[in-house]
Formats: sequence, structure tokens, C-alpha cells
Amino acid sequence: MTEHIRPAFVLLLLFTLLTGLAYPLALTGVDRVLFPQAAIGSPVVQKGVIVGSALVGQAFADPKYFHPRPSASGYDGLASGGSNLGPLSARLIERVKGDVAALGGPGPVPADAVTASASGLDPDISPDNARAQVARVSVARNLPQDQVRALVERQVHGRIFGFLGEAHVNVLELNLALDRLAAM
Amino acid sequence: MTLIGWLQLAVTLGLVLAVVLPLGRFMARLFAGDRTLLHPLLSPVERGFYRAAGIDPAAEQSWAGYGMAMLVFSAAGFAALYAILRLQAFLPFNPQGFAGVPPDLAFNTAISFLTNTNWQAYSGEATMSHFSQMAGLAVHNFLSAATGIALAIAVTRAFARKGSATLGNFWVDLTRATLYLLLPLSILVALAFMALGVPQTLLGSMDATTLEGLHQTIALGPVASQEAIKQLGTNGGGFFNANSSHPFENPSALTNILQIWAMLAISAALPITFGRMVGSEKQGWAILSAMAVLLVGGVALTWWAEAQGNPLVTALGVAPDMGNMEGKEVRFGQAMSALFAVATTGLSCGAVNTMHDSLMPLGGLVPMVMIQLGEVLPGGVGSGLYGMVVFCVLSVFVAGLMVGRTPEFLGKKIEAREIRLAVLAVVILPLAILGFTALAAMLPAALSSLNNAGPHGLSELLYAYSSAAGNNGSAFAGLNADTPWFNVTLGIAMVLGRFAYVLPVLAMAGSLAAKSRVAASSGTFPTTSALFVGLLVGVILILGGLQFFPALALGPVVEQVLLAAGTTF
Repeated sequence: MTEHIRPAFVLLLLFTLLTGLAYPLALTGVDRVLFPQAAIGSPVVQKGVIVGSALVGQAFADPKYFHPRPSASGYDGLASGGSNLGPLSARLIERVKGDVAALGGPGPVPADAVTASASGLDPDISPDNARAQVARVSVARNLPQDQVRALVERQVHGRIFGFLGEAHVNVLELNLALDRLAAM
Repeated sequence: MTLIGWLQLAVTLGLVLAVVLPLGRFMARLFAGDRTLLHPLLSPVERGFYRAAGIDPAAEQSWAGYGMAMLVFSAAGFAALYAILRLQAFLPFNPQGFAGVPPDLAFNTAISFLTNTNWQAYSGEATMSHFSQMAGLAVHNFLSAATGIALAIAVTRAFARKGSATLGNFWVDLTRATLYLLLPLSILVALAFMALGVPQTLLGSMDATTLEGLHQTIALGPVASQEAIKQLGTNGGGFFNANSSHPFENPSALTNILQIWAMLAISAALPITFGRMVGSEKQGWAILSAMAVLLVGGVALTWWAEAQGNPLVTALGVAPDMGNMEGKEVRFGQAMSALFAVATTGLSCGAVNTMHDSLMPLGGLVPMVMIQLGEVLPGGVGSGLYGMVVFCVLSVFVAGLMVGRTPEFLGKKIEAREIRLAVLAVVILPLAILGFTALAAMLPAALSSLNNAGPHGLSELLYAYSSAAGNNGSAFAGLNADTPWFNVTLGIAMVLGRFAYVLPVLAMAGSLAAKSRVAASSGTFPTTSALFVGLLVGVILILGGLQFFPALALGPVVEQVLLAAGTTF
């Protein structure tokens, strides 16, 4: 057994230097040069202020903005996670019931509008969810519904290569475009 | 279940299948000691490592020596990782100023990473400094994966050799797996992740002021480098609490496909390596077929269950067309969420892009069963292959019983000693899983950790011990596992699942390596036929599955029945 002690500790040390420091630090340097914005989390800057990350969801509650999905962590960027409520959870059913009533729209509610995402930071909503919010946003902004609806359609990201993933709308992107539209 | 969903699954699995042959053959050459494309660059590094560590690469070890080297290396890794986690407040790269990790959590986490489990009782972005992530956790992502591959190669040599007293040299196999396989692949995959938007920085966080004037602080770090080895090494320990559902770990449908590809690639290629080394590539394909049949069946069942949506939610006026979206991300869709959930559990990976706790009863049953079947579909890197070899040995034994002949596998006679050792290995899993679950279900201190009541609560417990003993690492994450009870008992389950499993397997390998190879005769059961694949699938289902059926009946099965009745808890 003692003959294994030196190889164990020396290899552990060498591999820590190689895979634990050289590997991530070299890649950090490479990323800073190749993809400087993505490397630091794809910040979205407006008038010199970081208004969020292009990849990470954030809370919107004002009726003049499109709203993201419910989040178990309240869009806390330091505490990702889902609700972890099971399908028979009374708490889940109560929460959905309340959210459906609050939306109060005609017709069935898009599922993503009343379910908490896995990460608590889902940046996207489904196109149907965005369409269902057009009426509220138009009223709050005093904009013609057709104009807002057309904006939503322009913001829909289709499936990658036509078949990968799901069609979605990035909420921050949509709201920034909406602010630009309203400013015109 | 849509046509586009099937297309997504077919393309993803097709991309895995495309690399199985070249990667499998590359590994066979590498571990046979042949030169590969990477040797001009890396063999000086390899030789330097041996010199510094005082290793004679030509000196071979018996099964006991090989196992002892592996145990000493794991113990050293545990000590070092435990120390790093406890002392992280005094170490560099700690921009958020995290304190040391408490003792029971550091114990659990250190065991978790060195057994390739990566069970996370902590929340990454709120607990771990960048130094702990890189020089602590990620190092063991490499080394525990390399250890698994080394063990699988040692077991493979038992069939490739005859009359041999040795199984190879652990240090050499470990070094080669890390240097020539895991590190180069990780660099490639990390570069792809970076190009697709995954961050890689030493900054601690980003501060934003939202359009509504709210303040949002978003945790950051060296994510891409960690993500690559986390998937390739079937480790699964995420940089963030939400793991591969977090938009920084897995920002798009493209990164999602890459994540699934990376976690499947090596484990799916290892059966080919096995076949190549024992001189029958067909044997490798037969083993891979059995893995694929069960994996694809599992994906279809989970996808179907999730695509229906939750009828209790639909009844409240929610459109069912998106399926059950609680605990899922919009950008991935149901098919690729189901594939991820079933692959990660069939693989012993444990990364998640969906919260398994919120899956429908049958949707969550499948991942749990995939773990309980023994983590062989296709299983963790290395551990999946040696687990599968154990099932192959048991399958030819069952076939031998039916016709009254001494069973053979690849020319090696399977006798009483081998069967005893194989059975010793496979009883560890039910013992650890059912034993600890039963204990926890009687203990108020354990039950207070549950997030869900009713049968789903039992599922949370059963899943936790399955995940730990199976060295998987995924969770029904509502369970608050960061308590002394769970940190300690789950830690013990992880140790049993890794070491108490593999030592009998190594002993079996040692005994097989010493035997001669008998020529196949007309009475030999052909182990590359479709009949054998069917038998193997049957043995896995019966041996792995039946032991857990009563426990599953009290959890997800009764939950499915209650769903139809509309009962809530």
C-alpha cells in the first residue's frame, strides 16, 4: 500500500495544476480574446447602463412591459432553481389557479405563463404567451394593437435550422424593442 | 409526441452514433499502448508525469494491486478536496468572499465528486469559490472519470488476456485517460460552448439595473471549462444550482444538443473499445444495442408522459399543447427535455435541464428506474461498461442453467467464483438504496426535509438514495439534503455504490484473466446474436428492476393512480 502513496499524491498535484488551473485559466484567456462579451455573461448595455444579460431572465411586473414566466427564485441571479413541486402538489395547483385567475384572459392560458421554469431564470416565453399579452401592453402604452402584435411576430425566434429547440421570444429583447417603438 | 421531436431525437442520437466507432477504436489503441495522433505532443508530458511520480509504466499490477492503487488515489483525492472546501476562504479566486464549507457538507461533496456522483447538497453560485470549482471540483470531474475508464479497461483485459496474473497498471491507465482523452475532448467542447455563449471568466458576478429600475446581480464564473468536463466525464455537477437548465450553462437548443452528445459519447464508445480489445467488435455492438433499446424505450415513455401535460393543471384552464412545463425551460421543448432526463440517468451523469421533482409520475418513474437498473444504459464513463460486463456474465450464466452447460463468455469459463463475485456486486445497489430509504422513511428528522407530501415524498427519498448509490447525482431536488443526516447517509451510499461495487468486479476480472481461453464449440451460446441481446435486456430488467418494484409501487405508481383520481397533497 505504501508504494502507492507517492504516485497518488504526485499525480494528484500534477493533474490539479494541469486540469484545475492551466486548463480553465488558459480557456479564460482565450475566451476574453475570442468572445469578450459572451465571456462575461452577454451583458445588454443601454445608454451606458447594463440592463441585464441577453441570456438570463429578469422580473417585469409593470403592465406596459411583457412579463416573463413565474420564477421560483423571483429572478434572483444568485439563487437559480425551480419550484420542485410534484404534479399532485396542492401548493402547485393553488398557485396555478391564482395565476390563471390573475391573467383572466379569454381562452386557455399558455402553459408557460403559469408554470415556474427549471432555472428560475428562463429568459424566454412562448410566442403564444407573448401574443396573449399584446392587449394589456397596448392599452398600457396607448399603442395600436396591430403595431404591438407585429412587433411580437418580428421578435419570435424560430427553431434553429428549422427543427432544433422550440420557437420562443426573449422577454428582455422584446421589451427593449417595445421601448424603442414607443419612443418613435 | 411530434414528428419534429422524433427528428430532434434521431439527429442527436445519430451524432453520438457517428463518433462511436472512431472514438471506440481510438481508446482501444490508447489503452493497448499503441501510438496515437496525439502522442508526438503529449507523450513527453506523460513520461514526465511518470518520472515525477516514480511510476514504472511497464510494471503491471494484479487485481488487488490495481484496486489498492485506485483506493489510495481516491483517499488522497478525498483528503485534498475536503481540505480545499474547508479552507476556501483563505485560498485565491474567491471574488464573492465565500466562507469555508461546513464539515458535513464538505464531507458529502468531497465523496460525491471523487465517486463521480456529483450529488450537490450545496448551491454552486452561493457556496463555492472559483478556486473550489476549478482546482477542487473540476479536477475530480477529470480524475473520477479517468478512474472509471481505467477500471473498465482493467476488466476488459480480463477477457482479452489468457493465463495472466495482472490487469495492467492503474497509474498508466489513469494518466492516459486524462491526458489523451478527457483533456483534449474537454478543450474542444469548451471552445464550442464558449462560441455558443457560455461564459468563462474569473469575475464573480454581473450587476444590472433592469428597465423597471430593479437591481439584479447575476452570478458568473469559469462556466464553459467546467461544463465541458462535467458532461464528457458523466459527472453532472453543475456550476450553478439549476445545473444544465441555467441559461449560462445551457443557453440554447444548440448547446443542449452538445450537452447531450458530450455526456453520451465516451460511454457509448466504450463497448466498441471492449469489443476491439477482446477481438470481437461485434460483441461491442451487441452490448451497445442492449443499452440503446432500453434507453430509447425510456425516452419515449417519459416524453409521452410529459407531452400530455398535467391534467390537474389543464382543468384550471391551461392549454395542454406545450405539455407539462413546470420545471422546464421554453427553449428546449419536451422531446429534448425527455432525452436529457433519461440519458442523464441512464448514464450516471446527473446533470439536469429539467427539474425531475416536477416531472409527471410516469415521467419521473423512468429516470428513477434507469438509475436502479444499475447505471448501465449506457452508464457512467467506464462504470457503465464494467457494470454491463457483470450483466453479460450473469446472462450467460442464466443461459447455461437453462441448457445445463458450464457457461462461457468470450472463451472464458464462468464458474462458481465468478458468479459469486458478480452477484456480490449487484446486491450492493438494492441494499444501499432500499435500506437507507426505509430508514429515512421512519425518521422524523429525515422526513422534515421533504418538499412534497404523499407518495411524492417517498419518491424524493427513494430517488435520493438511488441517485447516491448509483453514483448518478441528479435529484428530486425539492428534498433539502443539506442536513447532517442526509449528508452522511448519502455519502455512505455513494461510497458503497462505487467501491463496494467495483472491488468484487475487479476480483472477478482477476480470476478471469488467469484462465485460458477455450475455443467456441457447437455448444457455446453465441453472445453476439440478437437472442443474446434480448436475454441481456431481460436479465437487466428482471435483476435490476424487480427488486425495486415494491418500492416504486408505493411512490410513482400509486401517484399515477391518484392523478387519475384527481387527489392532491
